[in-house]
Amino acid sequence: MSKTLFDKVWDSHVVRNIEDGPDVFFIDRHFIHEVTSPVAFVGLKQRGIGVMYPERTFATADHNTPTWNQHLPVADPLSANQLEALANNAAEYGISHWGLGHKNNGIVHIVGPENGITLPGSTIVCGDSHTSTHGAFGAIAFGIGTSEVEMVLSTQCIMQPKPKKMRINVNGELGFGVTPKDVALYIISQQTTSGATGYFVEYAGDVFENMSMEGRMTVCNLSIEMGARGGMIAPDEKTYEYIKGRKHTPKGEDWDRAMSYWKTLKTDDDAEFDVEFNYNASDIEPMITYGTNPGMGIGVTQSIPLAEDVQGGVATYKKSLGYMKFDEGDNMIGKQVDYVFLGSCTNGRIEDFRAFCSIVEGRKKADNITAWLVPGSHKVVDQIKEEGLDRILEEAGFVLREPGCSACLAMNDDKVPAGKLAVSTSNRNFEGRQGPGSRTLLASPLVAAATAVEGAVTDPRTLIQVTA
Amino acid sequence: MAYDKFEVLTSTAYPLPIENVDTDQIIPARFLKATERVGFGDNFFRDWRYDSEGNPIADFPLNDAKYAGSKILVGGKNFGSGSSREHAAWSVYDFGLRCVISSFFADIFRNNCLNIGVLPVQVSVDFAQKLFDAIEADPKTEIKVDLPSQTVTLLSTGESESFYINGYKKGNMLNGFDDIDYLQNMKDEVEKFAETRPF
Repeated sequence: MSKTLFDKVWDSHVVRNIEDGPDVFFIDRHFIHEVTSPVAFVGLKQRGIGVMYPERTFATADHNTPTWNQHLPVADPLSANQLEALANNAAEYGISHWGLGHKNNGIVHIVGPENGITLPGSTIVCGDSHTSTHGAFGAIAFGIGTSEVEMVLSTQCIMQPKPKKMRINVNGELGFGVTPKDVALYIISQQTTSGATGYFVEYAGDVFENMSMEGRMTVCNLSIEMGARGGMIAPDEKTYEYIKGRKHTPKGEDWDRAMSYWKTLKTDDDAEFDVEFNYNASDIEPMITYGTNPGMGIGVTQSIPLAEDVQGGVATYKKSLGYMKFDEGDNMIGKQVDYVFLGSCTNGRIEDFRAFCSIVEGRKKADNITAWLVPGSHKVVDQIKEEGLDRILEEAGFVLREPGCSACLAMNDDKVPAGKLAVSTSNRNFEGRQGPGSRTLLASPLVAAATAVEGAVTDPRTLIQVTA
Repeated sequence: MAYDKFEVLTSTAYPLPIENVDTDQIIPARFLKATERVGFGDNFFRDWRYDSEGNPIADFPLNDAKYAGSKILVGGKNFGSGSSREHAAWSVYDFGLRCVISSFFADIFRNNCLNIGVLPVQVSVDFAQKLFDAIEADPKTEIKVDLPSQTVTLLSTGESESFYINGYKKGNMLNGFDDIDYLQNMKDEVEKFAETRPF
């Protein structure tokens, strides 16, 4: 029978199918961090059970870590307590742990791929909804709750009904200044914040085939923002090239065996999806959000839609614009901005820093902008320095911070103050997401950079010299 | 961990007719710093229940005395979107609720609720609206959620709708079991399976 990529990976991980119930689903790789794992370990202790396969779980500290002076003790006692709990639990159960200051430390969804833990055809979970990132490698990867973290620790399985299947095809050539982030925000704006709920998405078409692994990770990362449990892209030469030789990647004969399996990981020609969508690359421009969920996005040159033109409840829409202090019909270009955040598991990779630098090189940060530039991992920091991007940033008046989730969810001190407006390369513009009362505009690293030097929302295409 | 059994719940309800309520609203990230599962009810909808000085916002439904003590929350479409934080479901439970009714739930939130003994009941858009209207007309309106028969009934009019839950999860809720109880009993099968995995 013909199968999709998703079917092939899902079906090969079902340990038991429960009639009128979920599948008992085997997890190859499990990531944990300090915020959603402590209660799972408490649960293990209360039940008097252990960790079944400690070598399949990887711990890293990221959500509430400071991004400044990481060599000093963590000042917030509650954060310090969670970091200590993670370290102690990892040590007690024999789990690999990349704590604060470790050379492999960074955001969980960045360090997994960097270290070859993320592999095609594998199943990956983490107590974090952006685990969907790892789907870029042809893995089934999704976020879980803490009860499920406890299940994976104790039995390496979770219980999940198989989601329905959606394919999103984007074909054609992306315009100048249009990045993977824009492709994702465009898709979400079409699907709305709940359009893909209940589905697992496969992204297909020229646009994703031509995209770098970093770009694919950005797209898969944002799958959850339209409600999908996850998104995936079939592995290809780019995927193999990226993972080859990394710390945990199979080597020698194991690599050859794995490759012969990975080559089978694509959707069969006549396989069927429950639903399919087609979008044209040429319809996508640099995007920006204007509301309080990631589905409320428009092209940066467009104006905020009128309530009467929007699907969904008018009261909810008006509440959202009220929070943002925006009016229907407002232009986004020219809105004065206070903060710019470059980073997160969505856009904290080397390519994102290259993009940001391509705009700010030879320019200066605007005086009214506070900028937080937070690499996703120490490896990203090293590469930034190796490529001399740190000097470009410094000359333009920017300061590079230390790795972590940072202002994406503002669990550490990187909080946007109440009422202030931020252009953020992260993934959520929910009320108060970046600090109580903060207002967030989601955008690409190019839009963030253009805004950082101009001081107001700016179309990056107006700042790039066309060389072609 | 095991939780109280859920069979039939009859209660008034808090109305929250806002769409796309995300888990950052249900419990903001700054309240996720505990290492034990205690005290999340206090910060349930923190930033919608309290102003920036920490004073309760009196007319927000969860603070409104006329709904106090309800064990059901009726939420708008796409309830619980965003972050996978199970703390959101814990805060629902710790606040004293055992059931959330909505015309549409986000996937991970629904799962998390089922795993800790909060019943997510998905109803039609029309029925959800009937519930909102009835609660607005009379805050003492009672709703009966009957898990064995999988029905939800507006007691004032007798109008009723059935809801879906898979047989396995229904059994768990009725008996107060959780998935780990089930998985612990099949570790040999998992071990055999794990041996077949290439990585």
